[in-house]
Amino acid sequence: MSDQFPHKQSAHCENGVISGLLRYQGSAVSEPMVFGIGSGLIFCHIPFLMVDQAPAFTYRSMPGHIFRSFTKRVGIKMEQRKFNDHKEAQRALDASLDQGRPVGLQVGVYNLPYFPPEYRFHFNAHNLIVYGKRGDRYLISDPVMEVVTELSEVELEKVRFAKGAFAPKGQMYFPVSVPEEVDWRKAIHKGVARTSRDMLAPIPIVGYRGIHYTANLIRKWPAKVGKKKADHYLGQIVRMQEEIGTGGGGFRYIFAAFLQEASKLAEHPEWMPMSHRMTAIGDQWRDFALAASRIYRDRNAPAGSYNEVADMLDELAELEKQFFQDLKKTV
Amino acid sequence: MKKSEVPQDESDLANANFRELCYATDEQGNYVTEKSTGWDVKAAALTNAVERIHRRTEEARQRMQEGKASPIAYYMELNRMDVVVLAQHVGLWRWRVKRHFDPARFSRLKEPLLRKYADAFNITVQQLKHPDLGA
Repeated sequence: MSDQFPHKQSAHCENGVISGLLRYQGSAVSEPMVFGIGSGLIFCHIPFLMVDQAPAFTYRSMPGHIFRSFTKRVGIKMEQRKFNDHKEAQRALDASLDQGRPVGLQVGVYNLPYFPPEYRFHFNAHNLIVYGKRGDRYLISDPVMEVVTELSEVELEKVRFAKGAFAPKGQMYFPVSVPEEVDWRKAIHKGVARTSRDMLAPIPIVGYRGIHYTANLIRKWPAKVGKKKADHYLGQIVRMQEEIGTGGGGFRYIFAAFLQEASKLAEHPEWMPMSHRMTAIGDQWRDFALAASRIYRDRNAPAGSYNEVADMLDELAELEKQFFQDLKKTV
Repeated sequence: MKKSEVPQDESDLANANFRELCYATDEQGNYVTEKSTGWDVKAAALTNAVERIHRRTEEARQRMQEGKASPIAYYMELNRMDVVVLAQHVGLWRWRVKRHFDPARFSRLKEPLLRKYADAFNITVQQLKHPDLGA
């Protein structure tokens, strides 16, 4: 069993766990690479779902999507297990650690003791790595944390079997085999093609159309639900865009970092300027967040200001439409 | 975002000695990572959301004290749950959970069901029946 793990903080947990497990095996794949090849970027309004009593938006693909897409495109074989029995789940984990094999676990955030209390919501699609055990304490490498940490048997069992949407059911996974030769160019192309397709999807709530759709929702909110709720909704968008795990700018910066790294690896020099373009788009998302915050921080913000931030979103939608139409032509 | 522009604002994150990772560009325009203690813009959104939860919890506590709602409604808010999340925790239909917000129905609940709720809230059945409101 290992007491050392090459822990590296990442922005987002799903990328970070994959990247960490591979690093342990000696293959260095950066977080942006995992994100890009796993086609993590998206924009989507999720209808009929209320999170914390506000409409739900997401700037990245569904939990588990990056993981499945990345491992498939790179040719990594993973073993994945879910459990009904809590004791069986712990036995399987201990057995894997005894063989010197760290594993990734899906967990709920609400009962994670090392998270700041303000951040503990009933969100069940968090991921972390267990790399060892000392007495009854598990050694944890949580990718969003700066350093490694620990959890007791009881604490770990609780977060592995958190309930609610995306209940982890003790899910545990680890790479079984990593191919010696990877066709990175092909994997990168697949990730880029899929992201471009998603962002240009002919579905009103997805991609650049989803951004327009959201802009229209924002215009209607003040009259429909009143200033107080409208502010809460707006705050929710900003949180989904900027909270821990996004790397800033609703994952747009991570994607730009991916394009930069991929331009060399996949021999696409034209992706360098495109990376700068995506950085500028990320900056504009930050400007939108700043403008939105002026509304929800000020009780007396003028009613017209909702239209102004909605206009900013419309502009972002057009920028991303143009961007992904151009990107699509390169693969 | 340039590395030098990564916000380092006061926040709940900073107070908990927690820094998050951001992606930004250096002087040559190359991507690097930089740690951030927080950003006012999103800290304000989080503070608003947390205050909203506190307000709802306080309202639920008052309704319970006035005999208008059962302790289940109060503990649900206290644990940042909504009816959907709570129903999944106790394995009941949503409409049944909502019915248990009624103090009269709550007082007729039997031990096994009370236990399910108590487990979901991480408390004992005694605490569920007699919430210690001072705490």
